[in-house]
Amino acid sequence: MKPFTRVTAPAVFVPGLNCDTDQIIPGRFIKADRAEGYDKFLFHDIRRDAAGELDPDFPLNRPGAEAAKILLVEDNFGCGSSREGAVYALADAGIRALIAPGFGDIFHSNALKNGLVPVRLPPETCAALADHLTDNPGAVITVDLEAGLVTLPGNLGSHDFSIPAFSREAILKGLDEIEMTMTHMDEIRAFETARIAANPWLGR
Amino acid sequence: MTDPRPPAPRTMFEKIWAAHEILRHPSGPSLLYIDRDLIHEGSFHAFADLKRRGLAPRRPKQVFGIADHYVPTLGRRPEDAATPAIERMIRTFDANMGWGGVRHFGIGDPAQGIVHVVAPEQGITLPGLTIVCSDSHTSTQGALGAMAFGIGQSENAHVLATQTLWQMRPKTMRVTVEGRLGTGVTAKDVVLTLIARIGAAGAVGHAIEYAGPVVRNLSIEGRLTICNMSIEAAARLGMVAPDETTFRYLQGRLYGPDAQEWDGAVEKWQRLPSDEGAVFDREITLDGAAIAPMVTWGTSPDDAVPITGRVPDPAGMADDDKRKSAAKALEYMGLTPGTPLDGLPIDRVFLGSCTNARIEDLRAAAAVLRGRKAVVPAMVVPGSTRVRDQAEAEGLGAIFREAGFEWRHSGCSMCAAMNGDVVGRGERCASTSNRNFVGRQGPGARTHLLSPAMAAAAAITGRLTDVRRLMEDAP
Ligand code: SF4
Repeated sequence: MKPFTRVTAPAVFVPGLNCDTDQIIPGRFIKADRAEGYDKFLFHDIRRDAAGELDPDFPLNRPGAEAAKILLVEDNFGCGSSREGAVYALADAGIRALIAPGFGDIFHSNALKNGLVPVRLPPETCAALADHLTDNPGAVITVDLEAGLVTLPGNLGSHDFSIPAFSREAILKGLDEIEMTMTHMDEIRAFETARIAANPWLGR
Repeated sequence: MTDPRPPAPRTMFEKIWAAHEILRHPSGPSLLYIDRDLIHEGSFHAFADLKRRGLAPRRPKQVFGIADHYVPTLGRRPEDAATPAIERMIRTFDANMGWGGVRHFGIGDPAQGIVHVVAPEQGITLPGLTIVCSDSHTSTQGALGAMAFGIGQSENAHVLATQTLWQMRPKTMRVTVEGRLGTGVTAKDVVLTLIARIGAAGAVGHAIEYAGPVVRNLSIEGRLTICNMSIEAAARLGMVAPDETTFRYLQGRLYGPDAQEWDGAVEKWQRLPSDEGAVFDREITLDGAAIAPMVTWGTSPDDAVPITGRVPDPAGMADDDKRKSAAKALEYMGLTPGTPLDGLPIDRVFLGSCTNARIEDLRAAAAVLRGRKAVVPAMVVPGSTRVRDQAEAEGLGAIFREAGFEWRHSGCSMCAAMNGDVVGRGERCASTSNRNFVGRQGPGARTHLLSPAMAAAAAITGRLTDVRRLMEDAP
């Protein structure tokens, strides 16, 4: 995982309430090897018309949108299927942070595991930011994970945000969670021995 | 000195959580012991991660592999797959299971099926267990009183490597369904009613416990259906307290307690239900008698209304975001505001998925179909090979075939369209699955979610149809 302390980058608003992970990456693509890069699948079907041509109106298809590293999205973004491919597609397309009033639970944990920072801001703030980005696509936002502060463009000010402290630590330092958990192996084994003894069918 | 006060009443969720907490990190999350991890073909990312680290599944006996998302439903060999890429997914899965020494229900295995159908059927799912699977509908399995939830592939690799998971404790919500359900109203209609009421983000961050007389009177199949769609209200998981119905269902299942262990296990499970007076962070009550057969009109599972209703008019919606998304949904669905849903012509019917393809679902659909014919293309994809075999033995297979349904082999099939079973662009499909998302059943596919009985009714008339009418004048 790439360590993340602070990112200052252009942002784009991708509208859509309850944007599920099938929209972020359709199921037919998630059998691809990660090494191939998942960026080409990002929003694959919703950024194209029925004939398969890129829709010039889709925010990420507009000129200059390739530079975006931050996306503003709507509430319950990433609901639906647990496919981590949704996060791979965003991360491989260079997206480092997402801003929304709320995220799907599994998507939220998948994002944290991959160093993609999900920033929750109040709905009113998101709505004001949506208006601003609609008028000024590519306006610059700073997401400072160390300070827990996101600085919005125009006169929208700076806002505190938080992600679970445990994940924050891991993302700031680029720590590996499996390795960290392995340091607790003695406690895990002791717990496990008692648990299996009490429920022997678990060990068969 | 011992504390003279009685212990504070706890919810079932709190009890199971506490029984699995190995330690708590100072910054919040708990390290939970995971009793069983279920994996399917999508797990290749986690296996690649393990191999890169030079690790292997640490507790292979607590891991079960089940081929479902990519398996063909017309044949039972990997080479029957729709494309070489899909065939490769099935073969990679077999190879990874062999490499990891993991018990494996592959294509062709008599116990194969959709993971959330197979796990309860085999006694892999048991009360009081923590169960994870890299699939959001793992919530299904909470119907037996387990804490079962979906995870991503990074978390899956973590579980395979350590048999644990770091988790923040969700809040709790109790959904009480009072009264009784009317004729023709099923578990699917209950859960669609709930989602329509609280919204697709309505239970985010919560573990739901379903309670009340309607839930108590449901079979395990019905409870599995309700818990299945908890995730469609954004809940972390759903669960139902184990009771006599649960114990009867589980007795003698392969991976559960054996005959000697049985009574002791039941005694323990009887202590799991939420204590009298336990406090939930949120309470929702539904009146069972007021629930009608439901159908969705849009592209989010909360776009559900009674079959007697009409396609809503976005212009009348107060919330700006809702208005915009409803208008977009109607355009995608090819629907005009005000159209009655009863009578809307459809192009095909899909009876399948981990929501509604268990034996009881097939019985409910067959009861409507008996002596009638489908007038649109329709298929049944049983939830597991065992369900398929049982349905054949009960004569249901014959009823479906005589009604003109395709009688397929088990798998996820058209629910997620990953195996090549797709709904065509612009086609309107009456589906017993759980997601009506844009493109879920294939690019441009238009999905209407409904119960198995309602799906059978739609097949017979070629239109969305209030099944209660057909039940009145059965041939
Ligand atoms: S049947 Fe559908 S929802 Fe269930 S596990 Fe398969 S793809 Fe997922």
